Amino acid sequence: MSKTNTHEILQSAAFKKLVKNRWNISLSFTFVMLFVYIGFLLLVAYDKDSLKMPIGESLNLAIVVGLGIILFSWLITGAYVYWANNYYDEAVKEIKKEII
Amino acid sequence: MSLNLLLQISPEVTPSTLGTANPVSIAIFFLFVAVTLYITYWAAKKTKTGSEFYAAGRNISGFQNGLALAGDYMSAASFLGIAGMVATKGYDGLIYSIGFLVGWPLIMFLVAEPLRNLGKYTFADVVAFRLKQRPIRIAAAAGSLMTIAFYLIAQMVGAGSLIKTLFGLDYEIAVVVVGVVMTSYVLFGGMLATTWVQIIKAVLLLSGATILVLLALSKFNFSPGELFLSVKSQYGADMLAPGGFITNPFDALSLGLALMLGTAGLPHILMRFYTVPDDKAARKSVFVATGFIGYFYILTFFIGFAALALVGKDAILGLDKGGNMAALLLAENTGGSAFLGFIASVAFATILAVVAGLTLSGASTISHDLYVHVVKHGVSDEKGEMKVAKRATIFLGVLAVALGLMFKGQNVAFMVGLAFSIAASANFPALLMSIIWKGFTTKGAVWCMVTGASLALILIVLSPTVWVDIMGNSEAIFPLKNPTIVSMTSAFVVGIIVSLLQPEKEAADLFESEKLRTYLGHGSEK
Repeated sequence: MSKTNTHEILQSAAFKKLVKNRWNISLSFTFVMLFVYIGFLLLVAYDKDSLKMPIGESLNLAIVVGLGIILFSWLITGAYVYWANNYYDEAVKEIKKEII
Repeated sequence: MSLNLLLQISPEVTPSTLGTANPVSIAIFFLFVAVTLYITYWAAKKTKTGSEFYAAGRNISGFQNGLALAGDYMSAASFLGIAGMVATKGYDGLIYSIGFLVGWPLIMFLVAEPLRNLGKYTFADVVAFRLKQRPIRIAAAAGSLMTIAFYLIAQMVGAGSLIKTLFGLDYEIAVVVVGVVMTSYVLFGGMLATTWVQIIKAVLLLSGATILVLLALSKFNFSPGELFLSVKSQYGADMLAPGGFITNPFDALSLGLALMLGTAGLPHILMRFYTVPDDKAARKSVFVATGFIGYFYILTFFIGFAALALVGKDAILGLDKGGNMAALLLAENTGGSAFLGFIASVAFATILAVVAGLTLSGASTISHDLYVHVVKHGVSDEKGEMKVAKRATIFLGVLAVALGLMFKGQNVAFMVGLAFSIAASANFPALLMSIIWKGFTTKGAVWCMVTGASLALILIVLSPTVWVDIMGNSEAIFPLKNPTIVSMTSAFVVGIIVSLLQPEKEAADLFESEKLRTYLGHGSEK
């Protein structure tokens, strides 16, 4: 790859969009995760009573939320992989065609 | 469900066989060591070059690496410790394990792919990519080695006391056995052997914990609800909800940040991303690891409550004040001494695997970051580098044993928190800013890492954790139990200010061309 070619790719709209999209997704997902986790900690710190609320016969809100966050953490990484495999990788493929 | 049923399964205190030589656990443990040493022998034949020693030739699949990451992360401390915490403090144990898990999605979103694309063997490769090599390597190596050392001390001391309790083996002998076996893995089999040890250990631990939960739930008609009701009827509803773990929200937030972002700064975890062929496999491995680790924490939650319901709090606390024996007592209660032996040997294998991963990443820091890039100015033949890497492995093996013996009987529980704190304050901010911020400079990075590491270290000494609990002073100078909220924030702020005060034009220019590699994987290590 020549130097001018490198410059062209870096300046191309497709590449700029790729980088922008990547961080839009990554940072949004990061903030969602931080929000969920920090929200949980603040809830535990400030409102223990509402977490004691029974759900059904044997569960309570605390258990449902706690196990829910574990499941959510896994699902959100899955959502990222899905996005990256289907959209990001495709866009990379398109741009790479130009390099060759 | 009837109340009668609950009354029937009231806890009974039976004398435990813990601490005596259990033939099953000894047999399984020897089998584990024999199999893993055979794998090491096999791996040794394939481990000649640097890329093979540090990164298993980058031939590990995404799924395999995911299991190995889970293996690296699920320590005996989290297996026995969190189950014990749930068994003695109830729901609070889950708050702790959630903190350990939520760092994984962030590894995925922020560092996994750029790390794989930009680096070669260590995370310092990424930070130093467009900055001046020597200062960055020295600062990053200091952060890495501190993280590894504190983590290693906690693991070795835990190993010694755990094995003493499990097998009745002397503390000193246990520490030496762990040191010798794990050094052999790393020295001869490098990353390939270490990866397979992690995978085997992860499979053993996950299946052992699953069987344990199934055996325990079988006493509750396989209904988690009945288990919770039994806990509630014996210990009250408060056991199933947050208790005294979080009282000061700043403390909680600080610990939460340490667990969450420290995970994204652990050198032995970051190093694993170089073992896969490309960024696609790197992201898959985080997904797999997050799933297994999350599943594991759900299991420990049930193990803790089942131990509480079936073994009883008094029996658990009677054996160990920290409750660390809860999972093992539950194994004995539900599956007899043979199953106890199995779970005990799994715990032993777990420790071996974790210290092997730590030692390998320490050795790569010494040989790749310090020897090649600082001593040899980046110019070294592979033969010389490998020689140093192997010597570093032996040195770290000896050091691990020495530290294990030195800290015998000391309270080292805070050292895991300290390791996460340094990782979150020194390694993570520098790594993240080098990936996303064009204006990040060499000076900014060095100041960022030095600030993070030293503040984490100084503040923890002045905190209630060390100043009051260990040194016995009546009042702490620094109010929070974990310093991360201050040390990490300061690291970011100092890194940004120093970078802004004195821009580095070459680094900013290189940031543009580095993008092809970061985002397209163009020119990444194959």
